Formats: sequence, structure tokens, C-alpha cells
Amino acid sequence: MLTWVALLALALFSGATFFAARRKALVVAGGRAANMHSLPGYYGSFVALWVGVPAALILLMAALFGSRVEEAVLRASPPAAVQAMDAEAQTVFFDDARARVHGGQASQTVYQGQLAKDLKATSAKSRSVSQTIGYGALASASLVALAGLLVAYPKIRPDFRARNRVETWIAALFILCSVTAILTTLGIVASLVWESWRFFQSVSPIDFLFGLEWNPQIAMRADQFGSKGAFGAVPLFAGTFLVMMIAMLVAAPIGLYSAIYLSEYASPWTRAVVKPMLEILAGVPTVVYGFFAALTVGPIFRSFFNWLGSFMIGGPFDALGMYLAQVQNQMALVAGAVMGIMLIPFVSSLSDDIINAVPQTLRDGSLAMGATRSETVKQVVLPAALPGIMAALLLAVSRAVGETMIVTMAAGLQAKTTLNPLDTVTTVTVQIVTLLTGDQEFDSPKTLSAFGLGLTLFAVTLTLNVIALRIVQKYREQYD
Amino acid sequence: MTESVQAMPLTLRARVEARLKTRHAQEMRFRTYGRVAIFVALAFLAVLLGRVISQGYSTFIDYQMTVPVFVDPARVDKTDISGTNFDLLIADQMLVRLGVKDDDYGSKSDKVMDLISNDLGFQILARVKADPSLIGKTVKISGPVKSDGALYFKGEMKRSTPQEERKLDNQQLGWLDKMQATGLVKGGFNTGFFTRSDSTEPEQAGVLGAVVGSAMMLVVTALLAVPIGVMAATYLEEFAPKNRWTDIIEVNINNLAAVPSIVYGLLGLAVFINWLHVPRSSPLLGGLVLALMALPTVIIATRSALRAVPPSIREAALGVGASRTQTVFHHVLPLAMPGVMTGAILSLAHALGETAPLLMIGMISFVPGVPESFTSSATVLPVQVFIWENASERGFHERTAGAIMVLLVFMIVMNLAAIIVRRRFERRW
Repeated sequence: MLTWVALLALALFSGATFFAARRKALVVAGGRAANMHSLPGYYGSFVALWVGVPAALILLMAALFGSRVEEAVLRASPPAAVQAMDAEAQTVFFDDARARVHGGQASQTVYQGQLAKDLKATSAKSRSVSQTIGYGALASASLVALAGLLVAYPKIRPDFRARNRVETWIAALFILCSVTAILTTLGIVASLVWESWRFFQSVSPIDFLFGLEWNPQIAMRADQFGSKGAFGAVPLFAGTFLVMMIAMLVAAPIGLYSAIYLSEYASPWTRAVVKPMLEILAGVPTVVYGFFAALTVGPIFRSFFNWLGSFMIGGPFDALGMYLAQVQNQMALVAGAVMGIMLIPFVSSLSDDIINAVPQTLRDGSLAMGATRSETVKQVVLPAALPGIMAALLLAVSRAVGETMIVTMAAGLQAKTTLNPLDTVTTVTVQIVTLLTGDQEFDSPKTLSAFGLGLTLFAVTLTLNVIALRIVQKYREQYD
Repeated sequence: MTESVQAMPLTLRARVEARLKTRHAQEMRFRTYGRVAIFVALAFLAVLLGRVISQGYSTFIDYQMTVPVFVDPARVDKTDISGTNFDLLIADQMLVRLGVKDDDYGSKSDKVMDLISNDLGFQILARVKADPSLIGKTVKISGPVKSDGALYFKGEMKRSTPQEERKLDNQQLGWLDKMQATGLVKGGFNTGFFTRSDSTEPEQAGVLGAVVGSAMMLVVTALLAVPIGVMAATYLEEFAPKNRWTDIIEVNINNLAAVPSIVYGLLGLAVFINWLHVPRSSPLLGGLVLALMALPTVIIATRSALRAVPPSIREAALGVGASRTQTVFHHVLPLAMPGVMTGAILSLAHALGETAPLLMIGMISFVPGVPESFTSSATVLPVQVFIWENASERGFHERTAGAIMVLLVFMIVMNLAAIIVRRRFERRW
């Protein structure tokens, strides 16, 4: 709250300095702006930037990292009774102490005797530290703003190159913005690697990548039976692969054929109607596909297979019939098929672009030689577009591997190493969701294993994307 | 040998014609495959939307019960109003109105209570609490019929199904018919679905909290992703020297655009929650995560919009003495704006439908009200769909589809806005 008020005040102040500086520039110029190096507004902006930006940065830093600093200060000198507790209880204690000051969810822990006193003392300390940080930031921001004004304001002279200075500021801001993209990547990599590293402290990477059993349930207390989970991710990889294969079997032919038809055969009118419709299909949120899979496709498939099975029971395929009669809603086939539907527009629009990029002269040449359209497509256009289409399919695979909602809602939770599409399987993304939804403590291998899975997922999709983008780039250059 | 056995050598023309026939047949087949593929894709779209609408339209119909309730002084303790069982009070009076006499065990009033939403009881409680002088008077209240009863009115629970297989028995269904016949229950448009938030009772659950949560989250996303994305794209397209660094940034952005959304959820969990202590399940947190996710697409869209502005514009501006920055701000960006806005709206629409990363950052928690601030707990539309889809009560099924319809309407509105912006301001060079 304090931060917002301070920021608002700062904005007003810096706005005021803008007008003051612009006025001064006009006065210095003797009323003729042409006497100055830059337009008066640039002098205004120059001063306003020096007043506003550094001070705002200080305030934002304090708001972002204040609570971390406060926690670190509190933890640096814990009361003796607290020091005796284990690390987790200490965290709870400090969180509770801070919750009393800042509001927020306190734990159910009841503190008695010395601990209650310590809690009081710690929260008092927390209050004073956070106030020091808050007011300190406020004071230093005000000082910095004033200093900025004192430095920048006297610089307003006719020969001062204000525009160039302001443009430097703008350039710096722009560079900062484009670095955000790099920072995001670094953030992703760093958080995944760091948490996975913590996970691999307790489970070896070899066991994780090649282990055949996945059972991350860990008992709440260390002495409970079955307190060690199994973290072999092979069943998850198998499930992901199975669902992805089914999805590609649906998406690749339908997507490719519709792309070919749209780019080679369809009249402009058909294109104008069909393309937006496919775009709608692409715009449907994945949770809707999940709903469709779980409540429509799943039951339909199940009753179909159950019905099929009921015919076979008693016949030569009795065992198969018995199996089919017991098939459940949640099967790899359902998730895969619906994911395939989701990928159709993705495959088709990417392939459409690529097919359109094949020069018309190649088609004209082939047609002039007497080839039919389909022969032209099959023998000239497709071979020319093949690398691009492969890249499109790779991107679709990467999408399928990373897709979450459909599988979460339709595939199931049982980790099995199977290639049977009628079996219930689980995937990497489903497990990440299950492991991390709900309130879990953050230090158990169970939660951390989600980051191990996330790292694997990130590595796989990144590799696929890099390969695909390379292919596309290389291919594009051929005809440009 | 006789002539008939000896094969006549086919003339070249006949051979070509025979071959041509198969080639044309091939051509037709190939064309049909394409048509079939498109038909299948569009059929999927139709089935998908058809299913959502057929399952969800009934959400927008609602059966409201309007009853006068005598706040019996004998049953309401003035000193402890909250302790009164208002549900039972309403049920007993409903029994009288239906002309049914209860047995000694009160089993019939229990059965009536199964038909009346406890929302009515809460309403009376709130009104009596606010104004204790109502005790001894008659209060008229209206509220929804309990979900199972509404399903019967909507024809989803049928009398023809055996009694054991439905939630309500024949007697209860008879009462419901009587209530409708006497005008105690009336069907109408379900405004409650838009004015209420999530609830554990299907008939009281609405999307308001989720819609507000989505809007707040989208505001955060838009305020972060659009300016940062546009500035980053402008830098890369207009200012940046072509060197190793900018190449890295460019490759990086392309790759970020294809990172699975769930990974952004992991990032949010590790960085924003555990490191920066942004409050869990808040619109602020969701907005931050989705902003990072939308950033690459905004950048890519902005860059292509900037690229579409012809160089002659830039050269003209530079020619009359504008600086590079002035050229960009005064000429290039305004001309690219329609494209930029279209791209921004589309990536925000995508962010609106995103679910997976939000599950990671705790947005799945049950939030029974409208979020009060950007840092309080909230839920958003797609997550609300997910939560309701998991609920076991039958009444939530239609609400799931109803919420999807609301979500789709928002998506369609945003996409239309993008199309309108593109059409309205599009410029051909």
C-alpha cells in the first residue's frame, strides 16, 4: 500500500518536474525553441526521467525483495528455543511470526511458554525490520529523486543535447525489455535445474530415467510403512509416447490432407470459409477438449468396446472379449484421439504455409509436362515441401508431449509401461499436475520429482523445437 | 493358335487412354481424401461445439422457488438466531402447503428439504439477523430449487427410470409437480449463474467469481506482456544491430513460444512463489505467469507487424531529419499498431483459455466469492471448468458445459475484436 502511494506521489512529482523543465528550456531559449538543440519537451522528459526512474526502481526493489531481506534478518539471529527446533519447524515459526505482523495464514501450531514469548519478540522484530526497510526505501527514494532533480535541472542549456540523452534512456528501456525474454529462459532453466538437482540428491538420475516403477506416494512421517516412493519415470515416458503416437496418427493424415486440399484444390471461397473454421478449432481452450474427452469421447469409446467385447465372449476370441468388456473410460486412445483433433489445425496451418511457399513455377512446370494435379502434389510439391512438413510434424509432436489438460482429464493416473491403447496410462504432464496441485510441503522428493519431470519435458520439447526451427529456416532459404 | 487367344497389340493411344483412366481415378481419389479430411476436421468442430451446447444450454434455465415463510417465534430463539434450523422451518411450511402430514420422525420434512436449496434458509437467516423484528412476521423469499429437483424439471431425471436409480423418489417428484402446478416454482433465465460464485451446491454455483478473476488476471497479463513485448519487438526490429547477441535473443524467443505451458507453471511456482513470495493463487501471480507465457507471441506478432511497414516510410522520416527514435515513435509504430493490437488481443485470448500453469500455482483452490484484490485468492474461468468437471454431483455437469459456453463467448468476442481491428485499420501498401 505504502509503495503504491509512494509511486503515485513520485509519478506526480516527476510529472511536475517535466513541466518545470520544459518551461525553463523555453525561458533559456528566449522563447524561441529553435535556439535550443532539442525540442523543449525533451528537456522536460530528461529531467523527469532522472527524477522518476531511479527512485521508482528503489521503491520497486524494496517491495519485491523487502520480505526476503526481512526474513533473512530474522533468521540470522533466532531465539535459543527456536534454534533447537528442526529446520521445518523453524520455517513455520518464522512464517507465523511474520503472519502476525503482515496478516496472512498462520499455521495451526500452538506456541507455549518460552516459544510464545519468542514468537511475540520475533514478530515485534519483524515489524521493526519491515518498517525500517519500508521507510528506508522511502527516504532513499526521495533523496535519489531530489538528487536527480539537482543534477539534471541545471543542465538545461541551449547547447545541451537533451534529445539524444532521452533517446539513450528509451534505448536502455527497450533493451531491458528484450532481455526479459532471455531472463525468462534463464528463470525456467535455473528453477528447473536447481529443483531437479535437489531431487537428484535423494533419487539418482539413473534410477529416475531408467527405473521401471513410478510410485511417488510418500508417507507423511518418515517411520511409516512404505515411506520410500519409487521414482522410475519409464512408465510415464511410455504413456506420453503412446498418447503422442495416437494423437499424431489422427492429426498427421487429417491435417496434411486438409492442408494439401486447401492450398492446391480449394476455391478461394472454400479457403475463406474453411480456414477460419479451423482457426476456431485451434482457438478452443484445451480444458474444453479435456471436457469433451472425459464426458463425451470416453463414454462413447468405452461403450463401443464393451459392446464389441460382449459379442466375442464365448467365441474363439473369448479372452479378448472379456478384456474389451471391461475397458474403462480413461484410456490412452481417448486422450490421444482428442489430442489429435486439437493438433489438426496446428498441423494443417503450418503445412499450408509450407506448401504455399513452394514456388508456383515448380507446379506450372509439372502441370505443363502433363502431370495431373495429384501427381504434381505427390511428385513435385510434397518432396519440395518435405523438410518443412517434417518440421511441422515435429512441432506438433512437441505440442502433444507438452499438452496437459486433455491427458489430465482423460488419460488417468495409473503408471503403466504399456503400448496398449485401450489401457489407462499416465503421462509426464499429468504427473506434474498431480504432484503439485494441492498444498504440499516443498521439500519432499515427491514434490521435487515434478521438477525432474519438468526438466525432462523441457529438454525434450526444446530439442524438438530447435531441430524443427533449424529445418524450417534452412528450407526457407532454399526458395527465397 | 486361333486369333482369339492371341493378344492384340494395343495401340499407343489405347494404352495412354487406359492409363489416363487410372490416373484420373487416382486424381479423384486424392481429391476425395482431401475433402474427407476437411470434412472430418469440421465435423469434429461441430460435434465438439454441439456437445458443449447440448450439455450446457440447460444451465441457463433455472427453477426458482418463491415462498412466503412465517418466521415462527416459537422456533426462532431471539438470543441465538443463527442456531435456528431455517431449512427445516421452510420444509415444514412447504409440507403444509403441499397438504402432506408429516410422521412423527419428520422423515417427510427431510425429503422436502432435499428439494429446497439451503440458499433460502441462508436468506431468511440473513434477513432476520439484520432485522430481528421480522420474527413473528411472514417473509417472502425466493431461491433456486435444489439441483436434483431442477434436473427433474429440465427432463434430465426421468420418471421412467426405476426409483432406485434416481436421487429422488416418486413421492418427491409428485411434490415437485405440485409445486410447479401451484406456481410455487417457476422456470426462467438463470441470472444466478452470472451473479454468484463457486459453491459446493450445484444450484448455487455461478461463474461471477471466475469471470472477475479471469478479468483481473488478464489485466495484469495485458499490462505486462503488451508493453514489454511491443518494446522488445521494436528494439529487435528497429534498433538492434545484427550481431550474435540479437541472434541469441531471437532464437530464444522462438523457442520460448514453443515451451509447454506447464513449464511456465513450474517457473511460477519456483520463482514467483518460493523465491519472490507472490501470494499463491492470486490474480497477480496468474497474470505474471501468463504474461511470461504470452510475451513471445506478442513479440513475434509485433515484429511481423513492424516488418509490414514499408521502408519508404522510415526513409522519408529520416530524410526530413527525424531521429531513429522519432521515426519509430511518430511513424512506424502508429502504422504498425493495428497489427500489434491484433496480435496482442489474440495472445491474450490464448492466455484467457490457459489452464495448466494455473493449476501449478494454486489457482485450483475453492474460492466461494469474488476476489477482493489482486493479491487475494481467486479462480479463473478455465480452472473453474476443470474444478466442476471433477465434481461428482450430477448438477455440476451442466454447469461445467455452461461455464465453457461463457468462456467460449469471451474467446469469440476477443477474436472478433481482433478481426475487426484488422479489417478496420488494415492498410495495403
